[in-house]
Amino acid sequence: MSAFLATVRRDLLLALRRKSEVLTAVFFFVIVTSLFPLGIGPEPVLLKKIAPGILWVAALLATLLGLPRLFSADHLDGTLEQMALSPSPLGLLVAGKILAHWLLCGLPLVLLAPVLGLQFDLDASTLGILTLALFLGTPLLSLIGAIGAALTLGVRGGGVLLALLVLPLYIPALIFGAGAVEAHIAGLDAGGHLSLLAAMLVVAGFFAPWATTAALRIALE
Amino acid sequence: MQWNSVGEFFAMGGYALYVWGSFGACALLMIAEPFLAKRRLSEVRKSLIRERLADELELQQRSQ
Amino acid sequence: MRQSIIHWFKFASPQSFYPLAGRMIPWFWAATAAFGIAGLWISFFVAPTDAQQGEGYRIIFVHVPASWMSMFIYLVMAFWAGLGLALNTRVSGMMAQALAPTGALMAALSLWTGALWGKPMWGAWWVWDARLTSELILFFLYLGFMALQAAIDDPRRADKAGAILALVGVVNIPIIYFSVKWWNTLHQGSTINLTKAPSMAQTMLWGMLLMALCFWMYSIAVALTRVRAIILERERHTEWVKHAVE
Repeated sequence: MSAFLATVRRDLLLALRRKSEVLTAVFFFVIVTSLFPLGIGPEPVLLKKIAPGILWVAALLATLLGLPRLFSADHLDGTLEQMALSPSPLGLLVAGKILAHWLLCGLPLVLLAPVLGLQFDLDASTLGILTLALFLGTPLLSLIGAIGAALTLGVRGGGVLLALLVLPLYIPALIFGAGAVEAHIAGLDAGGHLSLLAAMLVVAGFFAPWATTAALRIALE
Repeated sequence: MQWNSVGEFFAMGGYALYVWGSFGACALLMIAEPFLAKRRLSEVRKSLIRERLADELELQQRSQ
Repeated sequence: MRQSIIHWFKFASPQSFYPLAGRMIPWFWAATAAFGIAGLWISFFVAPTDAQQGEGYRIIFVHVPASWMSMFIYLVMAFWAGLGLALNTRVSGMMAQALAPTGALMAALSLWTGALWGKPMWGAWWVWDARLTSELILFFLYLGFMALQAAIDDPRRADKAGAILALVGVVNIPIIYFSVKWWNTLHQGSTINLTKAPSMAQTMLWGMLLMALCFWMYSIAVALTRVRAIILERERHTEWVKHAVE
C-alpha cells in the first residue's frame, strides 16, 4: 500500500514541476466547451439541451490529452523497467499512476464542470448531477485510457492511435454520464444512470490496472 | 417464381438501386478481398523464390 | 488424451499449418460457392415478395449474414488472440491478424447494406438505431485493432498487444451494446423499431441461413489465404520456408 501511495505522490510531484502539461488539458476543456455556444448560437433552450453532451465529449477529449504522457516519460528514462523489477507488484504501481492521472487530468474537470455548466444555463440541481456523473465517470476514463496508453507505448503515431483505440471504449461512459444529466433535465430519476456508471467504475477499477500491467509487460519485453 | 420477365427481375419492384447496390457491393468486395489476399501470398512467394535463386547463384559463383 | 493434445499442438506450428491451410482452402471455396448459389437462388427466386416492404426486403439476405459474421469474427479473433496470449502459440496471433480485415469488411458491408435498406424503408440513409450504432462501433474496434497491429514493428509484440486489445474489446462489446440500447430507448422520438420486422416466412429464414453459411465459409477461406501469406512473411528467414516455396 505504501508503494501505491508513493507512486501517486511521486507522479503528483513530477506534474507540479511541469505545470503546463496539466493546465493544457484544463484549458482545452474550458475553451472547447466555450466554443460551442459561439458556433451554435446563444439560444438558452438549445444550449441547455446540448450541454450534457458537450461537457462530456469535451471531458472525454481532455482526459485523452494527458494519456500519452502517462507512461512515456517513465518508459524513456527507464523508471518503468525499475518498477517492473521492484518487489511490489507492478499492478499496484500502475494503479497508483492511474490515480495520479485522474487527480491531475480528471478531478480538475469535475471541479470546473459546474462553472462551465453555468454557461449553458443549467440550474443548481442539474449542476450537482453533472458534477456527480463526472466524478464517477472521469476515473473510468482514466482507467480505460491507461490500457490504451500502455498498448501504444513507444509505438509510431502513438497519440492518434491512442484516440482511435480508446474513444470507442469510452462510449458507455459517455452515454450514461451525459444520460444522467439529460434524464435529470427531463425530470426523470438519474439514479439508474449513476449506479450503472458506478458499477462500470468498479469493474474497470478491478480489471483495467491488470490489463494495463499486461500491456506494459509486453511493451517492456 | 414471381418474375415475369428479365426486366422485371432487374427492376426489383422499384427497389433496383437499393437491392443491387447491396448485392453489388457485397459481390465486389467479396471478389476484391480474396484477390488481394492471393496477391499478397503470391508476392511473398515470388520474393522468397527470388531470394533462393540469389543464394544459389552466390553459391555457384563461390564454388567456381 | 495426452496423444490428442500432442496431435493438436502439431498444427500450432506455422510449419505444419501452412500446408494444411493450403489443402483446406479449395474445400472452403467450394462450400462458399455451393451455399452461395443455393442462398442466392432462394433469395431471388424462391422467397416471396414481402407484403409490406416489396422487393426491397431482399437486402436482408446479405445484410443479416454480414452483421452476424462481423460479430462472430470478432469473437473468433478474440478467441485466437487469447489462445495466443495464454499458450504462446505463434499461429494463433497470425490467425487473429488474418481475421481482422475480413471482420472489418463484414462490418462495412453490414453498414452499407443497412444504409441501402434504411433509405427506402425509413426514408433515411442512417438512423441512430441501437443495432446500427453498435455495428458502427464494432467497425471502429476492428480499425483500432488493425491500426495497432500495423503500428508495431515487432510481430510478436504486435500479436500480444493486439490480443489484449481484442480481449478488452470483447469484454466491452456487450456493455457497449447494452448502453447504446439504453440510450436508444431514452431518445424514443427519433427511433424506428427494427425488431418489429414482418413475421419471417420459413423460406426467408432458409435463404438467410444459407447466405450466412456462404459468408462463413468465405471468411474462413480468405482468412486462411491471408494467414498463409502472413506465415511466409514472418517466417521468411527460416529454413523450412525456403523449401516450402518450390
